[in-house]
Amino acid sequence: MFLIIRARGISKGTGRGELLVSSEPISFLSGVDPDSGIIMESGHSLRGEHINGKILAFTHGKGSTVGSYVLYALKRNGLAPAAIINEEAEPIVALGAIMAGIPMVDRPEVPLRRLKNGTPVVVDGDRGEVEYAGELEGD
Amino acid sequence: MYLDPEDERILQGEFGETRQKMLEILTALGKVFGAEKIIPIKSAQVSGASYKTIGEWGLRWLESLQAKVVVPTVLNPIGMPRDHWEELGISREFAEKQQAIIEAYRRLGVKMECTCTPYYLQLTQYGDHLAWAESSAVVYANSVIGARTNREGGPGALAAAIIGKTPEYGLHLLANRRPQIAVTIDGLYSPKQLKDIYGAIGYLAGKQVGNRIPIFSGIRARRDDLKALGAAMAATGAVGLFHVEGLTPEARIFKFGSAGLEEIIIEQSEIAALFREMEVDVVAIGCPHCSPTELEEIARLLEGKTVKKPLFIFSSQQVLRENRKTAEKIARSGARIVPDTCMVVSPFMERYRAIMVDSGKALAYVPDMCGAMARIGTREECIRTAVG
Repeated sequence: MFLIIRARGISKGTGRGELLVSSEPISFLSGVDPDSGIIMESGHSLRGEHINGKILAFTHGKGSTVGSYVLYALKRNGLAPAAIINEEAEPIVALGAIMAGIPMVDRPEVPLRRLKNGTPVVVDGDRGEVEYAGELEGD
Repeated sequence: MYLDPEDERILQGEFGETRQKMLEILTALGKVFGAEKIIPIKSAQVSGASYKTIGEWGLRWLESLQAKVVVPTVLNPIGMPRDHWEELGISREFAEKQQAIIEAYRRLGVKMECTCTPYYLQLTQYGDHLAWAESSAVVYANSVIGARTNREGGPGALAAAIIGKTPEYGLHLLANRRPQIAVTIDGLYSPKQLKDIYGAIGYLAGKQVGNRIPIFSGIRARRDDLKALGAAMAATGAVGLFHVEGLTPEARIFKFGSAGLEEIIIEQSEIAALFREMEVDVVAIGCPHCSPTELEEIARLLEGKTVKKPLFIFSSQQVLRENRKTAEKIARSGARIVPDTCMVVSPFMERYRAIMVDSGKALAYVPDMCGAMARIGTREECIRTAVG
């Protein structure tokens, strides 16, 4: 199945990779290690996952605004996600994505819980679209 | 969001990559908060100035930017005074990183002032739109001056400074500035007694008010009192604007009152309980940074006296420069005047066990930020404690 999911462009550019989905928020300051690209937050559903090169989909950012600089650090260390999908953008992740040059969209018309981990996707931050090459989870 | 033709060209990258990115930041904020357009601002105040906060990557990001700010812009307090930092036991490593951040901002055209009180430096008037980051400055500008600013994050404020505009949402819109909760102060205080406790009142009120817009009635405070009140409410709550019936500019112009609003009362006993006795090893005044009037009051209280406990007075370089004689009088007592930083953001206060302050905001932040116990006293009590 090949699907175009409409969304809203937040940070421009195109990123492609495998989807890594969480239905929880992420705190980048202290929640993600900028030197390894691994999610560290205890109790998080993605704890221990590498985010580099992935299409990271999660609800929204949380925690300290210094998290924006962590996204910038990840990018400069070559460990950034290829693109970000948020349910609803907030300033920490939105600004971090722009500062780092990571493509980002929010408000995808398909809810995150229906997106499958590992699916190849392309995020187009200019057009506000997600190309999704796989099956959706059942509703 | 509507952008004018010149902004469209900035967004296409015709004026360089940095300006393009900065406008992308503003349009993203506009999308997140539902702004319909971006509007010109008169000045900016940028947070993210301390190396303790933004770290190595914040510094590298700043160094990557190639542009100049287009409106008067100052910085929030940093982790040390720019000069004589070694006398305060700041490490050379920290100082060098801090200097590099300052240098990066200087290159962007930011005025070299590090203060939480930009309103003493930059003429700020009723109705001006601003992009300020420091919570106590935001609440002062909105409430005491009647200017309009949201509480910006570091990158948002810097983007606004470089573009000269900010997205129009939140407190930029009059519809979002009406009072939402009424606050009254229980008990009978003389004006002189009240003047000494505005920080404590703000500390208590902020906890109950949260992120709503309070309106106070029955108080006649001066600007310095309103500064203490607002700073404390911004610290214990998330207050960005308050009104005082019949006193603050918008309350007078729009006849804002407390009729029909939920009401909270700050009890005399709660206020009294905050002023508890405790042995302290240092006294710190100037949160937010002292005004010229506050410096004069401190100088008067210290006249002919010598401090026995360390007494730190925090203010901005410009205010100190313009009030040199007063500053000299204060220094004669042995008190230490420190510009650019404060008791909350500088690592040099961490060596103390218990800090006495005259500020509700400092009372809220000292325990976590300095790892020390905090005691609040009136300004006179603070000076009395320092001179022994």
